[in-house]
Amino acid sequence: MSRKLIIDPVSKIEGHGKVVVMMDDNNQVTDAKLHVVEFRGFEKFIQGHPYWEAPMLLQRICGICFVSHHLCGAKALDDMVGVGYSTGTPMLPTPEKVRRLAHYAQQLQSHVTAYFYCIVPDMLFGMDAAPQQRNVVGLVEADPELVKRVVALRKWGQEGIKSVLGKRMHGINSIPGGVNQNLSQEARDRLVNGEDGLISLDQVIDYAQDGLKVFKDFHDKNRAEVDAFAEVPALNMCLVDEKGNVDYYHGKMRIIDKDKNIIEELDYHDYLDYFSEATEEWSYMKFPFLKAHGREAGSVRVGPLARVNVTKSYDDSCPLAKAALEEFHDYTKGKANDMTLHTNWARAIEILHSAEQMKVLLNDPDLQKEDLILTPVDNAWTGEGVGVVEAPRGTLLHHYRANKEGNITFANLVVATTQNNTVMNRTVRSVADSYLGGKEQAEITEGLMNAIEVGIRAYDPCLSCATHAMGQMPLVVKVLGADGKMIDEKYRCAS
Amino acid sequence: MSQETVTEIFSHELPATQWDPKKKAIEEAKIQVAMIGFCGCWGCHLSFLDMDENILGLLEKVTITRSSFTDLKRIPHHCTIGFIEGGIANDENIEVLEHYRENCDILISVGACAVWGGTPAMRNVVPLEECLREAYVDSVTAVSGAKKTIPYHEDIPKITNKVLPCHEVVKMDYFIPGCPPDGQAIYKVLDDLVNGREVDLPTEMNRYD
Repeated sequence: MSRKLIIDPVSKIEGHGKVVVMMDDNNQVTDAKLHVVEFRGFEKFIQGHPYWEAPMLLQRICGICFVSHHLCGAKALDDMVGVGYSTGTPMLPTPEKVRRLAHYAQQLQSHVTAYFYCIVPDMLFGMDAAPQQRNVVGLVEADPELVKRVVALRKWGQEGIKSVLGKRMHGINSIPGGVNQNLSQEARDRLVNGEDGLISLDQVIDYAQDGLKVFKDFHDKNRAEVDAFAEVPALNMCLVDEKGNVDYYHGKMRIIDKDKNIIEELDYHDYLDYFSEATEEWSYMKFPFLKAHGREAGSVRVGPLARVNVTKSYDDSCPLAKAALEEFHDYTKGKANDMTLHTNWARAIEILHSAEQMKVLLNDPDLQKEDLILTPVDNAWTGEGVGVVEAPRGTLLHHYRANKEGNITFANLVVATTQNNTVMNRTVRSVADSYLGGKEQAEITEGLMNAIEVGIRAYDPCLSCATHAMGQMPLVVKVLGADGKMIDEKYRCAS
Repeated sequence: MSQETVTEIFSHELPATQWDPKKKAIEEAKIQVAMIGFCGCWGCHLSFLDMDENILGLLEKVTITRSSFTDLKRIPHHCTIGFIEGGIANDENIEVLEHYRENCDILISVGACAVWGGTPAMRNVVPLEECLREAYVDSVTAVSGAKKTIPYHEDIPKITNKVLPCHEVVKMDYFIPGCPPDGQAIYKVLDDLVNGREVDLPTEMNRYD
C-alpha cells in the first residue's frame, strides 16, 4: 500500500507550508513537495492607491524583512519621480547611508532571529531530539547565557531600525528621493556606547561571532552528515557592486554557475527580459526561472549561501567577516558551495558582516548631515519604477507603474523565497530520498521527518512574503460566525 | 480505473524521542500558552520577541506549546492562553482557530490583522475574478505560450472570499491593537494574565499604526 507522509504545518519558519512525501510499496520515495498554503493579494489591492503609499503598505507583506520591502518600494519610487538610479541621478550620500544603516540593522536582527530561534535548536539538541525540546524554551533551559546574548543582540538591531524608521517594525523613513530623517547624534551615541538598556557596538561585534562558533562546533562534530545533507545544484544569484561583491542595497544582478562563471549579469530594470514565473496547481507560490536557460537549469538560489558563493571578498573595513568568508571559500576550493546546511554557516558570516558594516556607518559623520532629499527637476516624472535589494532571504524586486494622477495601476513583486522555490523543493526531495527512502513504515520516526524541515529551515523561507499574490478562489464553503450565522461563502471561480 | 489506497500519516503522529521526564514535569507545571499566526506577516510574533529580556522572566512562569517557534504541530493539551496573530483567510484557518477556541481558556487577538483583518483585508473590496486574472493569467512574468494554471489542489486550503477578523469566527477575549503592537504592550497583557491581575493596557501603550 502506498503511503502519504505529511508534515503539517512546517514549523519554526515564517508563514504557512506543508510537506507531502509519497512512498510506494517498495518503500521508495515517488514524490516530495513543499506546498505553500496561503495567499494574500498585495499586487492587486495596492492598485488605485497613491504611489507614495507603496513603501508603507507593502512592507506589511513581512514582519521580519519589512525594511527590505520598504527600501525596495522606495527605490522604485525614486525611479518613478525621476531621481532614481535609472535616471542617472546619484542619490545624495546621507539618505543612501541612512537607508543602508536601516537595512543592515534589519539583516542583523532578521538573521539572529531565524538562526538562533529556529535553526540552532536543531543543531544543539539534534534533529531527532524530543520535539518539545527543540525550541527557544529548550534553549533557555540548556544555555541561558547564550539566549541572553541573543536577546541583547536582537534588541540592538531592532533599536538600530527604530532610530531611523521611528518604530521597530513597519515604520517610515524612505520617501521618494531620500529619507525623512537622518540618524541623530544622540541615537548614534546610544547605539555605539550601549546606553539606556543597549549593549555597546563592541559587544555587538563580539556577540555577532557567537553564531559562527555554534556552527563550527556543530560542523566539527557532524562533518560527514552536514556536508552530505541535501547537496543540491542551483545557479547562485545576488546583487553585486562594481568589484563583483555583494551589495545588499544596490547593484547589478549577477548569476553564477558551479564553477563561479558569470552566466548572466543584468541591470535589474531589465528583469522582464530575463525571468519568467511558472505556476503549479499544488502551491500558491510561483516558480521563477531564467528564460534563456529553461525551468530546470535556469532556477536560481538566492540568500546567504548564494551571496557568499557569488562574492569574492568583503571590504577591508569588515575584517572579521572577511576572514570568515575566506575560510568558507577555502572549504570548497573555489567552487560554488551547494551544501544546504552550509547556508547556516553563510548566515552566521552575514550576521557578523552586518554588524561590521553598521560599525562603519555609525562612525561616518554623513549620517548626521541634513541634506536628506533630492528634488526632481520639472517633468522628471516617469510613472514607472523598479527597485531591487538583497533582503535577508535573497534578491527582492518591486516593480510599479502609476498614472499621471499618481495612482498605482500595476505592481509586480518577485520575492526571495519565491526565487528559492525550486531549490527548496530539490532539497525536500533529496532529504526525503536519503532519510526515508528504503525504510519500512515501522522505521520512520518523527525525527526523520524533521530532517526535511531542517532542510527547509536552512533557507529561512518567508512564506508570508512568498504569498503576496492572489490565488485560487475555490469550491463553496460556508463560514459560520461565533453566533452560528453564515458570514462568508467561498466559491470556485471558473478558470 | 482502479482506486489505489493511500495511507495518510502525519509526522506528529509518528514515534518520537521522549522528552526528559524531569524537564517535562517542570514545563507542564507552568502556565500553558499556545500561539498561531493566520493571515498576517509574523510581525506580531516578532513583536512578542520584542519584549526583549522580559521574555526570560516570562518563560519562568509560562511555557509555549504549539507555536511557529516550536515543533509541536497540534495543541498537546488544554492551554490557558491562546495568542492569535492574523486574520482568517482560508478554510484551514477557520478549523484551526476553532480548535484553539476549544482548547484555550483565553484567546487574545494580537495586532491589526487579528483584530480587524488588517492590511490583507484590503483585498475584500476587489472582485475575485480580477484578482485571479492579475496573478495567474495577466501576470507580466507568466511563461509565454504555457497553459495558464491556477493553484487548486487537495493539499492546499480553500481561500475565503473575504479576510475576516478572528472575532467574526469565534469569541475572542482580549484585543491588542497595532501594526504591530509594541513588544512591551504584549508583555503587559501576558504579565497581567499570568499573575492573575485584570488586564489593564494603558492607553499610552496602545498603538494604531
